[in-house]
Amino acid sequence: MSDDVRSVLLSGVGGQGVVLASRIVADVLICAGYDVKQSEVHGMAQRGGSVSSHIRFGSKVASPLVPLGSAEVLAAFEWAEALRWLPFVRPGGAVVADVRRIVPPGACGDRKDWLTSYPALNAEVIGPQTVKQRFVDATAVATELGNAKAANSVILGVIAGFIGVPDHIWETSIARFVPPRTVDLNLAAFREGREAPPVDLKPEPTREDVATVGPPRIELEQSWCKDCGICPRVCPEFCLAMDARGKLQIVDADACTGCRLCEMLCPDFAITIHRDEPALAPGGVT
Amino acid sequence: MDSRVLLSGNEAIARGVVEAGVRVAAAYPGTPSTEILETLSRSDTMDVRWSPNEKVALDVALGASLGGARSLAAMKHVGLNVAADTFMTAAYTGVGAGLVVVSAGDPGMHSSQNEQDNRYYARLAGVPVLEPSDSTEARDFTKTAFEISEEFDTPVLLLTTTRVSHNRGLVELGDVEDHPATGFSSDPAKYVMIPTHARMRHPIVIDRLDRLTKYVEASPLTSIEPGDPRIGVITVGVAHHYVNEVLPDASILKLGMSHPLPLDTIRAFAATVERLFVVEELEPFVEDALLTAGITVEGKQHFPRTGELGPDAVYDGFAGAGVLDPRPPPEPGPETVVRRPLLCAGCPHTGPFSILKRLGAIVAGDIGCYTLAALPPLSTMDTCVAMGSSIGMAAGLAASGGAAGPVVATIGDSTFLHGGIPGLMDAVYSKADITVLILDNGTVAMTGGQEHPGTGVTLQGDDSPSVDLVALCRSVGVDDVVVVDPYDLAATHRVLAAATSRPGPSVVITNRPCVEAPVKIRDNPFEVVTDDCTACQLCMNLGCPAIVWTTETLEGRPKVTIDPDICTGCTLCAQLCAPAAIVPMGGPS
Repeated sequence: MSDDVRSVLLSGVGGQGVVLASRIVADVLICAGYDVKQSEVHGMAQRGGSVSSHIRFGSKVASPLVPLGSAEVLAAFEWAEALRWLPFVRPGGAVVADVRRIVPPGACGDRKDWLTSYPALNAEVIGPQTVKQRFVDATAVATELGNAKAANSVILGVIAGFIGVPDHIWETSIARFVPPRTVDLNLAAFREGREAPPVDLKPEPTREDVATVGPPRIELEQSWCKDCGICPRVCPEFCLAMDARGKLQIVDADACTGCRLCEMLCPDFAITIHRDEPALAPGGVT
Repeated sequence: MDSRVLLSGNEAIARGVVEAGVRVAAAYPGTPSTEILETLSRSDTMDVRWSPNEKVALDVALGASLGGARSLAAMKHVGLNVAADTFMTAAYTGVGAGLVVVSAGDPGMHSSQNEQDNRYYARLAGVPVLEPSDSTEARDFTKTAFEISEEFDTPVLLLTTTRVSHNRGLVELGDVEDHPATGFSSDPAKYVMIPTHARMRHPIVIDRLDRLTKYVEASPLTSIEPGDPRIGVITVGVAHHYVNEVLPDASILKLGMSHPLPLDTIRAFAATVERLFVVEELEPFVEDALLTAGITVEGKQHFPRTGELGPDAVYDGFAGAGVLDPRPPPEPGPETVVRRPLLCAGCPHTGPFSILKRLGAIVAGDIGCYTLAALPPLSTMDTCVAMGSSIGMAAGLAASGGAAGPVVATIGDSTFLHGGIPGLMDAVYSKADITVLILDNGTVAMTGGQEHPGTGVTLQGDDSPSVDLVALCRSVGVDDVVVVDPYDLAATHRVLAAATSRPGPSVVITNRPCVEAPVKIRDNPFEVVTDDCTACQLCMNLGCPAIVWTTETLEGRPKVTIDPDICTGCTLCAQLCAPAAIVPMGGPS
């Protein structure tokens, strides 16, 4: 056992290439003469879930997992995934975060106040425990070079600045692991990352202000309805259903968001959605 | 450069299999075991094959072993439940050439339905179990397992976990041994397990355990790292490294074999330390055995019995035991978004599940990617228990009379071939009022896209005959079999509505391939004409990762946009969009 063991944590979203990037980092550290353990989780995490990879190196590594509060570098390929792993960063450690946002559909789930649960781009939440913060727009840098897919090599370039292994070792490893046709692109991306200027976090684009629109009310004119079954097939909130006798029923009026799909698609004008003032105009609110 | 290479635990097991001169390897894919066979598939000296399920894989490996060829069967932990029938009696028959069964466990359930501790299978069957802690040991123990198997005429269980199988570490490559197949010699008293023969074999199993105990007392599988005599720790598997991390000065007895146990060595070690701990993942398997043997140890009163251990859990356990200084709980990180796994953009499972939700079906689900339909916004799965269980459970739900809606079993092509066919025969035999929806995407998608007997391709990529699902369903007696395109929402709705409204068993088979494997399918992406979007959220109900809210709203509801880098052009959202605001990018294709 040795107490010279250092830890790097890579995080991102399934499909971003976290695993390949961490294999490159591990290879670099092996070539630099360290004992290395590298650990990630496969499986369901690959289906758009959160992915992390623990890399530990030194003269002799014991635990393959990074203990809390001990990572020297946290490199996140996506903003929300930087926040998730912050408790693993040691005081004085470095947080490298791509300002890219991958908003999962589940963050767009609230159909009452319509607020997303995705965290704001805000340097302050990274907190005072880390003295070094580097925010990069790796996708923009890579796109400038001709291919957004080289973004991970940009981040590797930033990480290299914190680890202290000569650049030529990094470049040899990158060339070994990336697809042969993309070697030049990825090496250029790595060098850009070494020099990449930090990005200042701009204020969030905020949703346009929403005028208060009253709660919707569904009015069903039974005598006009011929129970054709169109509206219960389309209602996004499952407010409408056919009963056992094949008659249309309003089964969950409270869930109605007033989207008017039923009103628009009813061939018999039997449904009207009422809302309190102000009245609508297509394309926005008054 | 030295001769060390960075290998995952699974790659290291595969390397051990190669170095041990194994001739036959069979497996069914299952996280975290899948990469063992995938790594071996490149071998030209070995017969390496996917089996339709774990029991068949073990049957093949046992048969090959009796034929005199060193053999491997690999599976995830729950796969051993499927193979248990063979496993239990293989302990009686013993082996011809070496037979090793790899069971890859999943403490913490990163990708599993339970976290059962398969060491109990070793005790139940009376076979030895080895637990490597890292990649080097994964390779070494694999070779040792084959030696033990032949020396003691027993199958050997090699047990890994997600952390061992998927951790990469440096491994020094060894030489490849040559073990030509020795041939089959008929020995009915040993291999035909009728009661008369089996009664003679059981005492042999028990005697073998005594001999294995003597072996492990003297084996390098049992090792001592002398240290501080005040604290002695018995470590098993990956927990060894966590103990090394947080208590580098402790006296450590490392167990490479956790059944049978080297009790004399442990007693002697216990006498040299003041306090004795056992640190092991999941159940108190070693701890209970030591307590039964009258050895005083501390264990699960300090360390969690659920989930994966790690350096922090082990630190906190020793802090709770008064060995280490307690430390304050970590500062919680800032709030961030919940990121659950999802069905991919363009997944052919999305449409059928959105329709089952619309039909108010009671859905008995199964194991595979489509289990993700249980999560919001689809939220269309009511049960998921074990491979192939969906069909029998659906028949039971229908028989109960307690299901307030049509009962549908949903099962993937590979899961159906693995364990679904007997359930379908039962549904026919018992005239169950259920619909079986076979989601045929032509691959084992959840584990990364492996071949199976229905794909017409072998592990090596060679052509093979493929199972005809329609003919199979008809042959077991289902008259009502319909194949439908799951990208055609109207047709899928019509077919499922009709099938679920008819009495008796029916089968609906979808026919679109997985968008990720064996080839990535990417068509012209779609885009949203923002002015036309009424923000109705109907497309958001699909849970497609390509569709997200924008900052533009209508009556307070966010309009949506499509990420063209993720969209596969499957057209599902466009089919749903009433105002036709979702259109192919760059005009009609």
